[in-house]
Amino acid sequence: MKITAIITRIVQQFIRDKRTLALLFLAPLLILILTWVVLDQEAAGDYAIAAVSVPEPVVEKIEGEHIEMVETSTPYADLADGEVQAVLTLEDQQLQLTVDNSQPNAEKALFMQLQRALSTTNNTNIALEVTDYYQAEVETTFDYVGPVLIGYFAFFFVFLVGGISFLREKSQGTMERLFATPIRSWEIIIGYLAGFGVFAIIQSIVVIAFSVYVLSIPIQGSVLLVMFITLMLALTALTLGMLLSTFAKNEFQMMQFIPIVIVPQAFFSGLFSLDNAPAWVEGIGRIMPIKYGASALTDVMIKGNGFGEVSLDLLILFGFSSLFFILNLGTLIAYRK
Amino acid sequence: MCSIIHLDQVNQAYGKEVVLKDIQLEINKGEIYGLLGPSGSGKTTLVKTIIGAITPKSGLIEVEGVKMPNLNKLNDIGYMAQADALYDELTANENLAFFAKLYRMQGSYRKRRITEVLKQVDLLADKEKRVEHFSGGMKRRLSLAIALLHEPKLLILDEPTVGIDPVLRNQIWDSFYQLKEAGVTVIITTHVMDEAEKCDRLGLLRNGHILASDTPISLKQRTNTATIEEAFLQLGDVQ
Repeated sequence: MKITAIITRIVQQFIRDKRTLALLFLAPLLILILTWVVLDQEAAGDYAIAAVSVPEPVVEKIEGEHIEMVETSTPYADLADGEVQAVLTLEDQQLQLTVDNSQPNAEKALFMQLQRALSTTNNTNIALEVTDYYQAEVETTFDYVGPVLIGYFAFFFVFLVGGISFLREKSQGTMERLFATPIRSWEIIIGYLAGFGVFAIIQSIVVIAFSVYVLSIPIQGSVLLVMFITLMLALTALTLGMLLSTFAKNEFQMMQFIPIVIVPQAFFSGLFSLDNAPAWVEGIGRIMPIKYGASALTDVMIKGNGFGEVSLDLLILFGFSSLFFILNLGTLIAYRK
Repeated sequence: MCSIIHLDQVNQAYGKEVVLKDIQLEINKGEIYGLLGPSGSGKTTLVKTIIGAITPKSGLIEVEGVKMPNLNKLNDIGYMAQADALYDELTANENLAFFAKLYRMQGSYRKRRITEVLKQVDLLADKEKRVEHFSGGMKRRLSLAIALLHEPKLLILDEPTVGIDPVLRNQIWDSFYQLKEAGVTVIITTHVMDEAEKCDRLGLLRNGHILASDTPISLKQRTNTATIEEAFLQLGDVQ
């Protein structure tokens, strides 16, 4: 009953606070749309290559769907201007490619395209067929980062809103007022978790539904499982936010945790490859909750894995939440004295 | 007279800063007891220690024979903090309902009590208004209403009449007398001398010490002074 009183109160407070509601439900959509606009491009772009004294048959071979061969008298100036992405020359029977490597991915993509085009000139009869290992139609960068972004937003916004609300309870004196009523410390925390849980559930439904049905992120596994993972991640963010709010005197100090706690998580979320990073970097990643949430989301959404495959990730997230919950309880009890 | 609150050798400190020193205090059942002292004398810390919101560094606090801090005993205590601790986004009604639920007050009893206390503090007409639109005085009254809500046997009010106009202040004092008639013990902190005169007994607090604890009349007689203010100053000099 005391717990439901807190839940009711949090829901009432939030419904009145339209700005915060918008932050929770619309801000993730806005950022998703922006990311989609920027990243929803086919991995293979269109390239223009300036050919210098390259024999016509070779040019014809290379020219294709994604590559346009350009004749120009000032190839390197065009390269510097960005008119072409590479210059191809033939000297002593050796093809020489100069690539504009100031553009991300251009070098690798061009190389692949050229290789593919030139390999057919060697008259080999071996055909190469490429198939995707995973069922999902992952074609654009956005399709890869989508699952990670869903997890990251759930984490970020719930951390921020939950942490600040809990902090305000202390700074406006209502927490101390609660201590004068017969409510137990764990009832306060559970009430908060459940109250915010309501909004975390709605947020994950909105964000996932929008990603899947509007932005058509490919999803192989179960939508329910994706929601459950998002929720577990949100629970971790909420308990962490509440815990850290203990160490902040005001909203401004709470904001200072964003560069320290939230931003570094992005580097370990799977958005950046850590395959070649030293072991200690991977070690840091192990203490980042987002790593487990994002990897579980990718597993389910792209690889189509089920509950069994992500249960370890979920268990670790639950472990984080439990740890933060216990620390929360400890600090609240200490604060009460 | 039987004692409802008993403090023995209570010391309280925030870090190294000592706030209460060797507090020895008896408060009787059914009296209006005033804690009088300048700001910074430790009034708020004393009442917070009594309700168990903060644990004393040493010493014994008992409310009706139960050692504080005790969570169950808080069911018998109504508390009004010095700073209004209200939820601004909620209406007066919703604030009251929230606290009522924390005291496990059920359905119709909850509704009846909410209406009663709102009437008592003259806020019935504003019950659907959000607290963020309240004036300072209205917030004070709502805090008082919350303290009265669960019909506590013991009412502890930290500066309850600050920012409340004289007419309403008189009304509120009338309700204190009514509560006293009903057997409720009322403890109020104040730094207003004329309010102190209205209390049955007074505890004079300075620098974390209780200088004296007696009825206003005997305090004046003991010090041969005409007003509580003079009595306070004289007792302070002796120490």
